Amino acid sequence: MSLLYAVFVAPFVDMATAPAFFVEVLLGGVFAGLMYSLVALGFVLIFKASGVFNFAQGVMVLFAALTLVGLMERGAPVPVALVLTVAVMVALAFAIERLVLRPLVNQEHIILFMATIGLNFFLEGFGEMLWGANVKRLDIGVPDESFQVAGVLVNKLELSAAITAALLVAVLAVFFQRTRIGRALRAVADDHEAALSIGIPLKTIWVIVWAVAGIVAIAAGVMWGAKSGVQFSLSLLALKALPVLILGGFESVPGAILGGLIIGVGEKLGEVYWGPLVGGAIENWFAYVLALAFLLFRPQGLFGEKIIERV
Amino acid sequence: MSAVSAAPDRTDTRAGTARALLSVNNIEVIYDHVILVLKGVSLKVPEGGIVALLGANGAGKSTTLKAISGLLRTERGDVTKGAIEFRGEPIHRRNPNEVVRHGIVQVMEGRHVFEHLTVEENLLTGAYTQGGARTKPDLEMVYGYFPRLKDRRGFRAGYVSGGEQQMLAIGRALMAHPRLMLLDEPSMGLAPMLVQEIFEIVARLNREENVAVLLAEQNATMALRFAQHGYVMENGRIVLDGDATTIADNEDIKEFYLGLTGVGQRKSYRDVKHYKRRKRWLS
Ligand SMILES: Nc1ncnc2c1ncn2[C@@H]1O[C@H](COP(=O)(O)OP(=O)(O)O)[C@@H](O)[C@H]1O
Ligand SMILES: [Mg+2]
Repeated sequence: MSLLYAVFVAPFVDMATAPAFFVEVLLGGVFAGLMYSLVALGFVLIFKASGVFNFAQGVMVLFAALTLVGLMERGAPVPVALVLTVAVMVALAFAIERLVLRPLVNQEHIILFMATIGLNFFLEGFGEMLWGANVKRLDIGVPDESFQVAGVLVNKLELSAAITAALLVAVLAVFFQRTRIGRALRAVADDHEAALSIGIPLKTIWVIVWAVAGIVAIAAGVMWGAKSGVQFSLSLLALKALPVLILGGFESVPGAILGGLIIGVGEKLGEVYWGPLVGGAIENWFAYVLALAFLLFRPQGLFGEKIIERV
Repeated sequence: MSAVSAAPDRTDTRAGTARALLSVNNIEVIYDHVILVLKGVSLKVPEGGIVALLGANGAGKSTTLKAISGLLRTERGDVTKGAIEFRGEPIHRRNPNEVVRHGIVQVMEGRHVFEHLTVEENLLTGAYTQGGARTKPDLEMVYGYFPRLKDRRGFRAGYVSGGEQQMLAIGRALMAHPRLMLLDEPSMGLAPMLVQEIFEIVARLNREENVAVLLAEQNATMALRFAQHGYVMENGRIVLDGDATTIADNEDIKEFYLGLTGVGQRKSYRDVKHYKRRKRWLS
């Protein structure tokens, strides 16, 4: 009886009695969730357009953040360093298309997947070779401090990160829905042979999706790096992206975003309100257990693209 | 144009009056480096003409069209001999997108619309190579030919009917301003009335927009009604060609190569053996 109370009643009573704290926990969850969403978004873009499961997405986040910090350490102001980092990620997209995708075109998916594992290790080593392996502080000019709104402590860094992420997603949505290139990307994702037949060049499209995935990686890397330092563990964000993908569906952009938020918020709330019951560490396994539940009961994910079947 | 001529020099004799827009010269196509599928195919499409490419399932019609459009390479096929010229320029080494920019668009067998895009978005993707110029008037032009698509413009393409999908695939190709359209089995799976309607629109496009058409079809009767010239393929070769009316009127050709008799009945033992594939020809 008391156990039931502790699991099903007490946490909600706590939430209700300290609403400001509850909102703070919620916001912390949203921030973490957005990071997961951004990494998952990179996966989804590449997977949709080329059918490649990009194992290296997490390392791309690390690589982007390392590049940015490295440039700043060499004296580049934030905006310049950002522009240069974007240029590096775009160059990387060209290189990947030319050196990895093009030679392997028409190969089995598993071969392309293994190629991205290779890419993962290459980027990890290359990044550390260029910029060093020690933990770096990333200061983008927004202080990691809080202010109060209606009794709720809001962290400036997290808030600006959330706004940036939301803007990025909005820009991407407009890009996909309204522009010629965005439509072409969706067309390729739907039926790449038909896309070829009307003159959409696949190579260009691949460069563009990898470049966009690279830019999304920069956003994730900068936000997470500014919060907890740029270090190898950044690439482990990708491990959280996998459950997000299972939740959201591998081919759904809204799914990636919502899946990330659900996991981010869920694990924070779980940790704070239910953690004491099991001695903590809920944050470490929540995502995977939730993903497992989804695999059992809804394997196509929240928004898994429905396969259209006409009758 | 002459009547049906016997095999060897047919391509030369039939080029006749109109200048060839497309000429396929003795091409050989191999899939996966070993599977020889086309064994010396030659054909010509004159400027502004409609040419039918006939033959049973597996004869090599789609492979011929893909060799022209460059889509072959995505299926690990390769033109290993011969040449394909469009307006006198060799195109058989080009990528599909370059071929489209040259003015050739293939409408693939099975329609291949982008199912998750709306009808209008499908049409807009067809204008990709046009770089976004003149898309509004082009859309209106396509809607003019296919009013049904206008009614369906906001629908997801995966949910419209088979006939509408075929119209959409043709309309989408039209958005790329082709001089030559390669149509692969547009009649497949559609009711005869609908096939008639679509072919009539294609004939209008041919006349009014000056789009030449190379039409691969198993439905020989219908195709020959709209084409000026026809080629018959069998087993990776062109076995004969001639004026559409001549082919259509020749009982022997219809019986031996097209599985039709005067009254549209199947005859020889081969038709019985291949009952399933022949059945569709008669529709
Ligand atoms: N991608 C491919 N790989 C290997 N063989 C193929 C491929 N596509 C078609 N073929 C073979 O080539 C022959 C001709 O096929 P196709 O051109 O599709 O004929 P049609 O369009 O006249 O039905 C068939 O025997 C078919 O099995
Ligand atoms: Mg075919």
